[in-house]
Amino acid sequence: MELADLYRDVILDHNRQPRNFGTLVPADASARGFNPLCGDRLDLSLRIADDRITDIRFDGQGCAISTASASLMTEAVKGRSRADALALFARVHRLLTDDDAAPDESLGKLAALSGVREYPARVKCASLCWHTLVAALKSGEPLAVSTE
Amino acid sequence: MNSNALREVHAPFDFTAVRRQFPILSREIRGKPLAYLDNGASAQRPLAVIEAVDAYERRHHANIHRGVHTLSQEATGLFERARDRLAAFIGARSRNEIIFVRGTTEGINLVAQSWARPLLHPGDEVLITHLEHHANIVPWQMVCEQTGATLVVAPMDEHGEVHAEAVEALMTPRTRLFACAHVSNALGTVLPVRRLMASARERGIVTLLDGAQAVPHLSVDVQSLGCDFYAFSGHKMFGPTGIGVLYGREALLERMPPWQGGGDMILTVSFEKTTYNALPHKFEAGTPNISGAVGLGAAVDFFASLDLPAAHAHEEALLAHAHRVLGDIPQLRVIGTAAHKVSLVSFIVTGVHPHDLGTILDADGIAIRTGHHCAMPVMEYFRVPATARASFAFYNTFEEIDRLAASVRHARQLFV
Repeated sequence: MELADLYRDVILDHNRQPRNFGTLVPADASARGFNPLCGDRLDLSLRIADDRITDIRFDGQGCAISTASASLMTEAVKGRSRADALALFARVHRLLTDDDAAPDESLGKLAALSGVREYPARVKCASLCWHTLVAALKSGEPLAVSTE
Repeated sequence: MNSNALREVHAPFDFTAVRRQFPILSREIRGKPLAYLDNGASAQRPLAVIEAVDAYERRHHANIHRGVHTLSQEATGLFERARDRLAAFIGARSRNEIIFVRGTTEGINLVAQSWARPLLHPGDEVLITHLEHHANIVPWQMVCEQTGATLVVAPMDEHGEVHAEAVEALMTPRTRLFACAHVSNALGTVLPVRRLMASARERGIVTLLDGAQAVPHLSVDVQSLGCDFYAFSGHKMFGPTGIGVLYGREALLERMPPWQGGGDMILTVSFEKTTYNALPHKFEAGTPNISGAVGLGAAVDFFASLDLPAAHAHEEALLAHAHRVLGDIPQLRVIGTAAHKVSLVSFIVTGVHPHDLGTILDADGIAIRTGHHCAMPVMEYFRVPATARASFAFYNTFEEIDRLAASVRHARQLFV
């Protein structure tokens, strides 16, 4: 397992220049994710119209894996319906944790995260944003988004 | 430089010979020789400890303090001899002052629940410092919640130092207990504990020192420190996990009620009345970690076999070297720059998150700790979510620190 399989160019690029970084005010849904093991914090804010994610931003601090994963996620879910976004999470979760997962071409750039599964301690970094998204989509109600 | 003159000051520490006693240090990690720089989290075990535990398991195991058969008596003897060694190791006046616990955390909780909880009242204060490990914060928060007492926190400065004057200013007639780290795990700071213990004693304040990070690096003598309680862990001083010691002054321990009830801590039990066993057994309910205690006793013997002044001098040289080579790296900031530190460097690198750094170093065979080090208030103070921490033992080498620095530079190139 080479380090370059974990820190692929797509990951490094999204870490250096995160897409959809910031906060939507007002937001239709939001949630805060926190990883107590490492202190990573992630705030998601979404606009939702007709059950579809029309816009999404993230803010917070985290490692390259968590930042890049959040950045890639915002690109991937924008325009998707709630159900579609949740289904995509299931596929990403398999990618991150299942060694026998067949290559899933529908994942597009998200496939760059597959190197994470060789580093069990880092899976939580990549999945934090997705768990936060699920929390935001399921709550539906806007929560207070702190930008500290 | 005259090397003979140097030798007169400190015989050079033979870390090559010492390393051979630690089998794990010859391991490879991801195809590279292991550089184990996470000793602050847990130190490695020498053969002396591994073999003592192995011999106990193979030849001597039985339950202690009850059987009349030979194995039970052998196991009891080994367990209690370990207690004697630990008493001598930290300068306890009596073996009754050495309580075997799971580790530092359990030792502190024992004092919180058995000493503090029955005594504290609303209005009383428990004083700690800003740089404590969570294990020396949360047990006091819990007991304050239970009793209505107040937790008071003494400040530290931007170097990660705790000044005695600042602590003394917070010692009031309401202060019942002062608990602090002997050495900070996140920063490496050695606290001015002798003065603090004396100041507390003058004011009639009971004291506890969290010695988890001090015992591996400093010679600890509880008499000259002047503390009432001292807690430490076996695995940070080259012994097994799941075993540690709470030292307490006998007069205090005598007055404290048992913490847990069960076997071994009683003299007689009836449904009407139970009488408690004498010290130290009063605080050791249930079958203890016997092999762990045997291993910890062997770790004490291992310490005794070392040239400790030379080992400490080697650790100091490692720290100076680490400050030098890491200090040369652009955008690297050392967190914790106290004048008196043990051999540990916490740092951050702009643009490289500590967790990414930890993964990249691991690929080069280098083990460090990354995260908040169970000291979130310290991270908050320095406004960082986490740091990378390289913590050294006497078996580490200058070459390992050079590899650490090279790997950190490589990480910077990757991310910045």
